[in-house]
Amino acid sequence: MTGSGSFMKLEIPSRSENEAFARVVVAAFVSRLDPTLEEISDIKTAISEAVTNAVIHAYEDRVGLIVIKASLEGNRLIVEIIDYGVGIEDIEQARQPFFTSKPELERSGMGFTIMENFMDEVSIRSEKGRGVAVTMSKSIRSRDPIPGLE
Amino acid sequence: MEVDLRQDGENLIVRLTGELDHHSATRLRRTIDRRLDKGEVRNLILNFQQVSFMDSSGVGVILGRYRRVKGRGGKMALCLIPAGILKVLEISGVPKIIPFMESEKQALEAVSQW
Ligand SMILES: Nc1ncnc2c1ncn2[C@@H]1O[C@H](COP(=O)(O)OP(=O)(O)OP(=O)(O)O)[C@@H](O)[C@H]1O
Ligand SMILES: [Mg+2]
Repeated sequence: MTGSGSFMKLEIPSRSENEAFARVVVAAFVSRLDPTLEEISDIKTAISEAVTNAVIHAYEDRVGLIVIKASLEGNRLIVEIIDYGVGIEDIEQARQPFFTSKPELERSGMGFTIMENFMDEVSIRSEKGRGVAVTMSKSIRSRDPIPGLE
Repeated sequence: MEVDLRQDGENLIVRLTGELDHHSATRLRRTIDRRLDKGEVRNLILNFQQVSFMDSSGVGVILGRYRRVKGRGGKMALCLIPAGILKVLEISGVPKIIPFMESEKQALEAVSQW
């Protein structure tokens, strides 16, 4: 997460009112790459999914720490959402569309599927009882390609 | 998120304004359910025209209301869905079970066809 480009780090308590704040901060951070409205919308949605998961699943009824790190490498955004909560035992199962451990809360089990659809790459690391780190990346298309270089 | 409820016969029309995420979903769910529980309406229409953001929490609210309305023999339709939100709904398979209409009028027609 270092590299040559720019980077940011945000630490927030896992309260639901911070979900909007987190996605807006990352959208502002990536704005220097001049993303399209659709790219911004995709990024905001993916961030919202990961942060909401930390609020709902990682800490359940308590408030814990969520760390959001982002960096730009060339035209690529790399963003990592980290929590120190209960962790995920079976990551393959968690990634399945419609899998949710909280159907009683009306979760649809689509969070990871949406992240995978809206970002180029999504990787999940977790250890039971120690939290989750979700790393996602997305290349921002150049809107005005230099003639002859494409 | 702002929620505007209006009743049209046995139909409840809900106009949503703002961002629909986990934070706003809790109140939206409660507002709609309170009205459905009164038992005066049968069908539910959600108007998304003014919704600027939605994630999977919105999908959960929609499917949860669908189950309730259907359980009481009613119908549900969505209308005026912005492009940015359509993608989340399509990935989640919502169009396979709930019709998406172009206007409130069309949505009213969709829920009143038997
Ligand atoms: N940060 C996390 N900490 C612990 N468990 C998690 C975390 N993120 C996801 N999970 C687990 O992975 C499952 C799948 O997550 P996903 O976001 O795909 O669905 P969901 O959150 O259950 O539903 P939705 O995102 O549609 O509201 C969750 O139900 C939960 O069991
Ligand atoms: Mg989720």
